[in-house]
Amino acid sequence: MITSDRLKETVYRELKKVEDPEITSVSILDLGMVDDVIVQEKEAVIQVLPTFSGCPALDLIKKRIEEAALKVGGVETVNVQFVYDPPWTTDRITEEGREQLKQFGIAPPPSDHIDGEPWHVDCPYCGSTYTTMENIFGPTACRSILYCKSCKNPFEAMKPVANL
Amino acid sequence: MRTYETAEEALESPEYNEALTELLFQLADDDFLLAYRGSEWLGLAPHIEEDVAFSSINQDMMGHATLYYKRLEELGEGKADDLSHLRSPEKFRNAVLLELPNGTGNYLEKPNYDWAFAVVRNYFYTLAKKIKLESLKTSSYVPLQHTARKVLMEVNYHLMHWETWFNQLIQSTEEAHKRMKNAIDQVWEEFMGVLSTGDKGDVMARSGIIEDEETIKKRWISKVESVFTQSGLHLKEKPQMKSGNGRNGEHTPTLESALDTLSEVYRKAPAQGW
Ligand SMILES: [Zn+2]
Repeated sequence: MITSDRLKETVYRELKKVEDPEITSVSILDLGMVDDVIVQEKEAVIQVLPTFSGCPALDLIKKRIEEAALKVGGVETVNVQFVYDPPWTTDRITEEGREQLKQFGIAPPPSDHIDGEPWHVDCPYCGSTYTTMENIFGPTACRSILYCKSCKNPFEAMKPVANL
Repeated sequence: MRTYETAEEALESPEYNEALTELLFQLADDDFLLAYRGSEWLGLAPHIEEDVAFSSINQDMMGHATLYYKRLEELGEGKADDLSHLRSPEKFRNAVLLELPNGTGNYLEKPNYDWAFAVVRNYFYTLAKKIKLESLKTSSYVPLQHTARKVLMEVNYHLMHWETWFNQLIQSTEEAHKRMKNAIDQVWEEFMGVLSTGDKGDVMARSGIIEDEETIKKRWISKVESVFTQSGLHLKEKPQMKSGNGRNGEHTPTLESALDTLSEVYRKAPAQGW
Protein backbone atom coordinates (compact mmCIF):
# COMPACT_ATOMS: atom_id res chain seq x y z
CA MET A 1 0.00 0.00 0.00
CA ILE A 2 1.48 3.29 -1.08
CA THR A 3 0.81 6.08 1.37
CA SER A 4 -0.72 9.30 0.04
CA ASP A 5 2.34 11.26 1.20
CA ARG A 6 4.49 9.10 -0.93
CA LEU A 7 2.15 9.54 -3.91
CA LYS A 8 2.10 13.25 -3.39
CA GLU A 9 5.86 13.35 -3.54
CA THR A 10 5.84 11.42 -6.80
CA VAL A 11 3.25 13.76 -8.29
CA TYR A 12 5.47 16.72 -7.39
CA ARG A 13 8.38 15.03 -9.09
CA GLU A 14 6.35 14.72 -12.30
CA LEU A 15 5.16 18.32 -12.06
CA LYS A 16 8.77 19.41 -11.96
CA LYS A 17 8.94 18.27 -15.60
CA VAL A 18 5.95 20.36 -16.75
CA GLU A 19 7.00 23.54 -18.50
CA ASP A 20 5.21 26.81 -18.98
CA PRO A 21 4.50 26.85 -22.75
CA GLU A 22 5.51 30.52 -22.91
CA ILE A 23 8.77 30.07 -21.05
CA THR A 24 10.03 26.60 -21.85
CA SER A 25 12.96 25.47 -19.69
CA VAL A 26 11.30 26.63 -16.48
CA SER A 27 9.00 24.20 -14.73
CA ILE A 28 5.65 25.34 -13.42
CA LEU A 29 6.86 24.22 -10.03
CA ASP A 30 9.83 26.58 -10.11
CA LEU A 31 7.60 29.36 -11.36
CA GLY A 32 5.69 28.93 -8.11
CA MET A 33 2.45 28.05 -9.87
CA VAL A 34 1.57 24.97 -7.84
CA ASP A 35 -0.10 25.87 -4.58
CA ASP A 36 -1.01 22.42 -3.34
CA VAL A 37 -1.34 18.79 -4.29
CA ILE A 38 -3.90 16.72 -2.44
CA VAL A 39 -3.99 12.99 -3.00
CA GLN A 40 -7.02 11.09 -1.77
CA GLU A 41 -7.55 7.50 -2.68
CA LYS A 42 -6.74 7.42 -6.38
CA GLU A 43 -7.49 11.05 -7.14
CA ALA A 44 -4.94 13.85 -7.28
CA VAL A 45 -6.28 17.37 -6.81
CA ILE A 46 -3.75 19.91 -8.05
CA GLN A 47 -4.29 23.54 -7.19
CA VAL A 48 -2.63 25.88 -9.63
CA LEU A 49 -2.16 29.64 -9.44
CA PRO A 50 -2.47 31.30 -12.88
CA THR A 51 0.33 33.77 -13.63
CA PHE A 52 -0.37 36.75 -15.88
CA SER A 53 -3.98 37.01 -17.12
CA GLY A 54 -2.79 37.84 -20.61
CA CYS A 55 -0.94 34.55 -21.03
CA PRO A 56 -3.64 32.43 -22.64
CA ALA A 57 -1.92 29.11 -22.07
CA LEU A 58 -4.01 27.90 -19.14
CA ASP A 59 -5.82 25.18 -21.07
CA LEU A 60 -2.54 23.83 -22.34
CA ILE A 61 -0.96 23.94 -18.89
CA LYS A 62 -3.96 22.11 -17.48
CA LYS A 63 -3.63 19.38 -20.08
CA ARG A 64 0.08 18.96 -19.45
CA ILE A 65 -0.44 18.75 -15.70
CA GLU A 66 -3.11 16.08 -16.13
CA GLU A 67 -0.85 14.05 -18.39
CA ALA A 68 2.07 14.37 -16.00
CA ALA A 69 0.13 13.36 -12.91
CA LEU A 70 -1.47 10.40 -14.64
CA LYS A 71 1.99 8.96 -15.18
CA VAL A 72 2.19 8.34 -11.46
CA GLY A 73 1.22 4.77 -10.63
CA GLY A 74 -1.66 4.82 -8.17
CA VAL A 75 -3.20 8.03 -9.54
CA GLU A 76 -6.25 7.34 -11.65
CA THR A 77 -7.99 10.69 -11.86
CA VAL A 78 -6.56 14.19 -11.85
CA ASN A 79 -8.47 17.30 -10.99
CA VAL A 80 -6.67 20.53 -11.87
CA GLN A 81 -8.15 23.55 -10.12
CA PHE A 82 -7.15 27.12 -10.88
CA VAL A 83 -7.24 29.11 -7.68
CA TYR A 84 -6.72 32.79 -7.01
CA ASP A 85 -6.10 32.76 -3.30
CA PRO A 86 -3.24 33.21 -2.58
CA PRO A 87 -2.45 35.23 -5.68
CA TRP A 88 0.52 34.24 -7.79
CA THR A 89 3.33 36.75 -7.33
CA THR A 90 6.81 36.80 -8.83
CA ASP A 91 8.42 36.26 -5.43
CA ARG A 92 7.11 32.68 -5.62
CA ILE A 93 9.70 31.86 -8.29
CA THR A 94 12.38 29.62 -6.80
CA GLU A 95 16.14 30.24 -6.94
CA GLU A 96 16.39 27.46 -9.49
CA GLY A 97 13.61 29.04 -11.50
CA ARG A 98 15.42 32.37 -11.49
CA GLU A 99 18.57 30.70 -12.80
CA GLN A 100 16.60 28.92 -15.53
CA LEU A 101 14.95 32.18 -16.58
CA LYS A 102 18.39 33.70 -17.06
CA GLN A 103 19.46 30.77 -19.19
CA PHE A 104 16.40 31.38 -21.32
CA GLY A 105 17.58 34.98 -21.77
CA ILE A 106 15.00 36.51 -19.44
CA ALA A 107 16.17 38.48 -16.46
CA PRO A 108 14.25 37.36 -13.37
CA PRO A 109 12.16 39.99 -11.59
CA PRO A 110 13.82 41.74 -8.67
CA SER A 111 12.66 40.19 -5.42
CA ASP A 112 12.63 43.46 -3.47
CA HIS A 113 10.58 45.61 -5.86
CA ILE A 114 8.26 48.25 -4.43
CA ASP A 115 5.10 48.47 -6.48
CA GLY A 116 4.60 51.46 -8.72
CA GLU A 117 8.30 52.33 -8.65
CA PRO A 118 10.67 51.75 -11.52
CA TRP A 119 12.56 48.53 -11.03
CA HIS A 120 16.13 47.79 -11.79
CA VAL A 121 17.28 44.74 -13.74
CA ASP A 122 20.79 43.52 -14.39
CA CYS A 123 21.76 42.21 -17.82
CA PRO A 124 21.29 38.39 -17.93
CA TYR A 125 24.21 38.06 -20.35
CA CYS A 126 27.02 40.10 -18.80
CA GLY A 127 25.60 41.02 -15.40
CA SER A 128 25.99 44.75 -16.02
CA THR A 129 23.76 47.14 -14.09
CA TYR A 130 24.01 49.65 -16.93
CA THR A 131 20.66 48.88 -18.59
CA THR A 132 17.70 50.88 -19.89
CA MET A 133 14.01 50.04 -20.18
CA GLU A 134 12.93 50.06 -23.83
CA ASN A 135 9.37 48.84 -23.49
CA ILE A 136 7.48 47.77 -20.38
CA PHE A 137 5.44 45.41 -22.53
CA GLY A 138 7.40 42.78 -24.44
CA PRO A 139 6.28 40.00 -26.80
CA THR A 140 4.06 38.51 -24.12
CA ALA A 141 2.26 40.32 -21.35
CA CYS A 142 4.63 39.07 -18.68
CA ARG A 143 7.87 40.38 -20.17
CA SER A 144 9.52 43.73 -20.70
CA ILE A 145 12.20 44.62 -23.22
CA LEU A 146 15.44 46.19 -21.97
CA TYR A 147 18.75 47.12 -23.48
CA CYS A 148 22.20 46.58 -22.01
CA LYS A 149 24.52 49.50 -22.60
CA SER A 150 27.58 47.47 -21.62
CA CYS A 151 27.35 44.48 -23.95
CA LYS A 152 24.88 46.24 -26.29
CA ASN A 153 22.37 43.41 -26.24
CA PRO A 154 18.64 43.78 -26.01
CA PHE A 155 17.13 41.41 -23.47
CA GLU A 156 13.85 40.58 -21.81
CA ALA A 157 12.91 40.76 -18.17
CA MET A 158 9.96 39.38 -16.32
CA LYS A 159 7.81 42.12 -14.82
CA PRO A 160 7.58 42.01 -11.05
CA VAL A 161 4.07 41.47 -9.72
CA ALA A 162 3.42 41.75 -6.04
CA ASN A 163 0.35 41.58 -3.88
CA LEU A 164 -0.64 45.15 -3.04
CA MET B 1 -21.86 43.36 6.61
CA ARG B 2 -22.43 39.79 5.52
CA THR B 3 -19.78 38.25 3.27
CA TYR B 4 -20.40 35.53 0.71
CA GLU B 5 -17.59 33.00 0.43
CA THR B 6 -18.83 31.02 -2.56
CA ALA B 7 -21.13 31.14 -5.57
CA GLU B 8 -23.50 28.76 -3.78
CA GLU B 9 -23.90 31.21 -0.91
CA ALA B 10 -24.57 34.10 -3.28
CA LEU B 11 -27.15 32.06 -5.16
CA GLU B 12 -29.15 31.54 -1.98
CA SER B 13 -30.01 35.22 -1.96
CA PRO B 14 -31.73 36.18 -5.25
CA GLU B 15 -31.52 39.93 -4.68
CA TYR B 16 -27.81 39.75 -3.89
CA ASN B 17 -27.12 37.46 -6.81
CA GLU B 18 -28.95 39.72 -9.23
CA ALA B 19 -26.92 42.78 -8.27
CA LEU B 20 -23.71 40.77 -8.26
CA THR B 21 -24.21 39.37 -11.77
CA GLU B 22 -25.08 42.85 -13.05
CA LEU B 23 -21.79 44.21 -11.74
CA LEU B 24 -19.80 41.27 -13.09
CA PHE B 25 -21.30 41.85 -16.53
CA GLN B 26 -20.36 45.54 -16.32
CA LEU B 27 -16.77 44.76 -15.41
CA ALA B 28 -16.41 41.97 -17.96
CA ASP B 29 -18.07 43.77 -20.86
CA ASP B 30 -16.08 46.98 -20.26
CA ASP B 31 -12.76 45.17 -20.59
CA PHE B 32 -14.02 42.99 -23.40
CA LEU B 33 -15.18 45.84 -25.64
CA LEU B 34 -12.26 48.16 -25.02
CA ALA B 35 -9.80 45.30 -25.61
CA TYR B 36 -11.58 44.60 -28.90
CA ARG B 37 -11.36 48.24 -29.98
CA GLY B 38 -7.71 48.18 -28.97
CA SER B 39 -7.04 45.05 -31.01
CA GLU B 40 -8.34 46.84 -34.12
CA TRP B 41 -5.30 49.11 -33.78
CA LEU B 42 -2.96 46.21 -34.50
CA GLY B 43 -0.44 47.32 -37.11
CA LEU B 44 -1.70 50.90 -36.97
CA ALA B 45 -0.21 52.22 -33.74
CA PRO B 46 2.28 55.12 -34.01
CA HIS B 47 5.33 52.86 -33.92
CA ILE B 48 6.30 49.20 -33.70
CA GLU B 49 7.10 49.26 -29.96
CA GLU B 50 3.67 50.70 -29.29
CA ASP B 51 2.11 48.02 -31.44
CA VAL B 52 3.73 45.37 -29.23
CA ALA B 53 2.85 47.14 -25.98
CA PHE B 54 -0.74 47.92 -26.96
CA SER B 55 -1.45 44.34 -28.01
CA SER B 56 -0.02 43.07 -24.73
CA ILE B 57 -2.35 45.38 -22.86
CA ASN B 58 -5.32 44.25 -24.93
CA GLN B 59 -4.39 40.64 -24.27
CA ASP B 60 -4.32 41.38 -20.54
CA MET B 61 -7.71 43.06 -20.73
CA MET B 62 -9.23 40.12 -22.61
CA GLY B 63 -7.78 37.99 -19.81
CA HIS B 64 -9.47 40.18 -17.22
CA ALA B 65 -12.79 39.94 -19.02
CA THR B 66 -12.41 36.16 -19.05
CA LEU B 67 -11.86 36.13 -15.28
CA TYR B 68 -15.16 37.96 -14.73
CA TYR B 69 -16.99 35.73 -17.22
CA LYS B 70 -15.67 32.75 -15.25
CA ARG B 71 -17.13 34.21 -12.06
CA LEU B 72 -20.45 34.49 -13.94
CA GLU B 73 -20.15 30.91 -15.12
CA GLU B 74 -19.76 29.83 -11.49
CA LEU B 75 -23.00 31.67 -10.75
CA GLY B 76 -24.78 29.62 -13.38
CA GLU B 77 -25.04 32.32 -16.03
CA GLY B 78 -23.70 30.03 -18.76
CA LYS B 79 -20.37 29.13 -20.26
CA ALA B 80 -17.77 31.92 -20.22
CA ASP B 81 -17.19 31.73 -23.99
CA ASP B 82 -20.90 31.84 -24.72
CA LEU B 83 -21.32 34.85 -22.45
CA SER B 84 -18.81 36.86 -24.43
CA HIS B 85 -19.91 35.70 -27.85
CA LEU B 86 -23.54 34.71 -27.96
CA ARG B 87 -25.40 37.47 -26.11
CA SER B 88 -27.41 40.03 -28.03
CA PRO B 89 -26.35 43.71 -27.81
CA GLU B 90 -29.05 44.77 -25.31
CA LYS B 91 -27.71 42.18 -22.86
CA PHE B 92 -24.33 43.91 -22.79
CA ARG B 93 -23.59 46.10 -19.77
CA ASN B 94 -20.48 47.93 -20.96
CA ALA B 95 -20.35 51.72 -20.94
CA VAL B 96 -21.20 53.24 -24.34
CA LEU B 97 -17.82 55.03 -24.48
CA LEU B 98 -16.00 51.72 -24.73
CA GLU B 99 -17.95 50.41 -27.70
CA LEU B 100 -17.38 53.50 -29.87
CA PRO B 101 -15.16 53.01 -32.93
CA ASN B 102 -11.56 54.22 -33.00
CA GLY B 103 -12.36 56.84 -35.60
CA THR B 104 -13.92 57.03 -39.02
CA GLY B 105 -13.29 54.38 -41.65
CA ASN B 106 -12.73 50.78 -40.70
CA TYR B 107 -9.97 48.32 -40.06
CA LEU B 108 -9.74 46.98 -43.60
CA GLU B 109 -10.59 50.05 -45.63
CA LYS B 110 -8.92 53.36 -44.90
CA PRO B 111 -8.79 53.29 -41.14
CA ASN B 112 -8.72 56.89 -40.04
CA TYR B 113 -8.14 56.20 -36.38
CA ASP B 114 -7.52 58.86 -33.79
CA TRP B 115 -4.56 58.08 -31.53
CA ALA B 116 -5.39 60.93 -29.17
CA PHE B 117 -8.83 59.40 -28.65
CA ALA B 118 -7.24 56.01 -27.94
CA VAL B 119 -4.86 57.51 -25.38
CA VAL B 120 -7.48 59.56 -23.55
CA ARG B 121 -10.12 56.82 -23.59
CA ASN B 122 -7.68 54.20 -22.29
CA TYR B 123 -6.05 56.47 -19.73
CA PHE B 124 -9.30 57.73 -18.21
CA TYR B 125 -10.79 54.26 -18.31
CA THR B 126 -7.78 52.69 -16.59
CA LEU B 127 -7.94 55.33 -13.85
CA ALA B 128 -11.57 54.42 -13.22
CA LYS B 129 -10.84 50.71 -13.44
CA LYS B 130 -8.18 50.99 -10.77
CA ILE B 131 -10.47 52.95 -8.44
CA LYS B 132 -13.18 50.29 -8.79
CA LEU B 133 -10.71 47.46 -8.22
CA GLU B 134 -9.46 49.11 -5.04
CA SER B 135 -13.03 49.16 -3.83
CA LEU B 136 -13.59 45.53 -4.86
CA LYS B 137 -10.68 44.39 -2.72
CA THR B 138 -13.09 44.57 0.22
CA SER B 139 -16.16 43.34 -1.67
CA SER B 140 -18.68 41.26 0.26
CA TYR B 141 -18.31 38.65 -2.49
CA VAL B 142 -15.01 36.94 -1.62
CA PRO B 143 -14.29 35.40 -5.06
CA LEU B 144 -14.55 38.92 -6.50
CA GLN B 145 -12.01 40.16 -3.93
CA HIS B 146 -9.53 37.63 -5.23
CA THR B 147 -10.23 38.45 -8.86
CA ALA B 148 -9.83 42.17 -8.20
CA ARG B 149 -6.52 41.63 -6.44
CA LYS B 150 -5.24 39.67 -9.43
CA VAL B 151 -6.35 42.24 -12.00
CA LEU B 152 -5.03 45.13 -9.95
CA MET B 153 -1.48 43.78 -10.06
CA GLU B 154 -1.49 44.12 -13.83
CA VAL B 155 -3.50 47.30 -14.16
CA ASN B 156 -0.74 49.30 -12.54
CA TYR B 157 1.42 48.62 -15.60
CA HIS B 158 -1.35 49.73 -17.94
CA LEU B 159 -1.75 52.91 -15.99
CA MET B 160 1.98 53.70 -16.22
CA HIS B 161 1.79 53.16 -19.96
CA TRP B 162 -1.18 55.43 -20.65
CA GLU B 163 -0.04 58.07 -18.21
CA THR B 164 3.25 58.37 -20.13
CA TRP B 165 1.43 58.80 -23.44
CA PHE B 166 -1.03 61.29 -22.00
CA ASN B 167 1.64 63.50 -20.45
CA GLN B 168 3.90 63.39 -23.47
CA LEU B 169 1.20 64.30 -25.96
CA ILE B 170 -0.44 66.99 -23.89
CA GLN B 171 2.91 68.73 -23.42
CA SER B 172 3.98 68.22 -27.02
CA THR B 173 3.35 70.47 -30.05
CA GLU B 174 0.44 72.83 -30.37
CA GLU B 175 -1.16 70.44 -32.85
CA ALA B 176 -0.86 67.50 -30.42
CA HIS B 177 -2.25 69.60 -27.60
CA LYS B 178 -5.24 70.62 -29.72
CA ARG B 179 -5.97 67.04 -30.73
CA MET B 180 -5.72 65.86 -27.15
CA LYS B 181 -8.16 68.54 -26.04
CA ASN B 182 -10.59 67.43 -28.72
CA ALA B 183 -10.25 63.84 -27.58
CA ILE B 184 -10.84 64.86 -23.96
CA ASP B 185 -14.04 66.65 -25.01
CA GLN B 186 -15.20 63.58 -26.90
CA VAL B 187 -14.47 61.21 -24.00
CA TRP B 188 -16.04 63.65 -21.56
CA GLU B 189 -19.40 63.43 -23.34
CA GLU B 190 -19.76 59.76 -22.42
CA PHE B 191 -17.53 59.17 -19.44
CA MET B 192 -20.34 59.26 -16.87
CA GLY B 193 -21.41 55.95 -18.36
CA VAL B 194 -18.15 54.36 -17.21
CA LEU B 195 -18.62 55.62 -13.66
CA SER B 196 -22.27 54.60 -13.47
CA THR B 197 -23.22 51.32 -11.84
CA GLY B 198 -26.72 51.41 -13.36
CA ASP B 199 -30.14 50.77 -11.88
CA LYS B 200 -28.87 48.05 -9.56
CA GLY B 201 -26.12 50.29 -8.16
CA ASP B 202 -28.01 50.93 -4.92
CA VAL B 203 -28.35 47.25 -4.13
CA MET B 204 -24.67 46.70 -4.97
CA ALA B 205 -23.64 49.41 -2.51
CA ARG B 206 -26.11 48.37 0.19
CA SER B 207 -24.93 44.77 0.11
CA GLY B 208 -21.28 45.74 0.01
CA ILE B 209 -20.46 44.33 -3.42
CA ILE B 210 -18.85 47.64 -4.42
CA GLU B 211 -18.97 51.13 -2.93
CA ASP B 212 -21.65 53.55 -4.07
CA GLU B 213 -21.45 55.31 -7.41
CA GLU B 214 -21.04 58.78 -5.88
CA THR B 215 -17.93 57.74 -3.94
CA ILE B 216 -16.34 56.18 -7.04
CA LYS B 217 -17.19 59.28 -9.10
CA LYS B 218 -15.70 61.63 -6.53
CA ARG B 219 -12.46 59.69 -6.43
CA TRP B 220 -12.18 59.63 -10.19
CA ILE B 221 -12.95 63.32 -10.59
CA SER B 222 -10.46 64.34 -7.95
CA LYS B 223 -7.79 62.20 -9.64
CA VAL B 224 -8.52 63.68 -13.06
CA GLU B 225 -8.57 67.15 -11.56
CA SER B 226 -5.00 66.74 -10.35
CA VAL B 227 -3.93 65.35 -13.75
CA PHE B 228 -5.52 68.39 -15.42
CA THR B 229 -3.89 70.86 -13.04
CA GLN B 230 -0.47 69.40 -13.78
CA SER B 231 -1.09 69.77 -17.50
CA GLY B 232 -2.54 73.28 -17.34
CA LEU B 233 -6.01 72.08 -18.33
CA HIS B 234 -9.25 73.11 -16.67
CA LEU B 235 -11.95 70.83 -15.44
CA LYS B 236 -15.24 71.98 -16.87
CA GLU B 237 -18.59 70.64 -15.80
CA LYS B 238 -19.10 67.01 -14.79
CA PRO B 239 -18.66 64.32 -17.45
CA GLN B 240 -21.83 63.34 -19.31
CA MET B 241 -23.63 60.34 -20.70
CA LYS B 242 -25.05 61.64 -23.98
CA SER B 243 -25.74 58.37 -25.77
CA GLY B 244 -27.45 56.57 -22.92
CA ASN B 245 -26.48 54.28 -20.07
CA GLY B 246 -24.93 51.01 -21.20
CA ARG B 247 -25.35 49.64 -17.65
CA ASN B 248 -29.08 49.52 -18.35
CA GLY B 249 -28.71 48.00 -21.80
CA GLU B 250 -28.74 51.24 -23.80
CA HIS B 251 -26.21 51.17 -26.64
CA THR B 252 -25.34 52.68 -30.00
CA PRO B 253 -25.50 50.69 -33.26
CA THR B 254 -21.69 50.53 -33.16
CA LEU B 255 -21.93 47.85 -30.46
CA GLU B 256 -23.88 45.55 -32.70
CA SER B 257 -21.38 45.81 -35.55
CA ALA B 258 -18.50 45.27 -33.12
CA LEU B 259 -20.14 42.13 -31.73
CA ASP B 260 -20.88 40.84 -35.22
CA THR B 261 -17.22 41.04 -36.15
CA LEU B 262 -16.03 39.68 -32.81
CA SER B 263 -18.31 36.71 -32.80
CA GLU B 264 -18.39 35.77 -36.45
CA VAL B 265 -16.02 32.85 -36.04
CA TYR B 266 -17.48 31.72 -32.76
CA ARG B 267 -21.09 31.72 -33.94
CA LYS B 268 -20.27 29.64 -36.99
CA ALA B 269 -18.56 26.93 -34.96
CA PRO B 270 -19.05 27.35 -31.23
CA ALA B 271 -17.59 23.94 -30.51
CA GLN B 272 -14.28 24.65 -32.15
CA GLY B 273 -11.46 25.77 -29.92
CA TRP B 274 -9.70 28.89 -31.22
ZN1 LIG C 1 25.02 43.02 -20.91
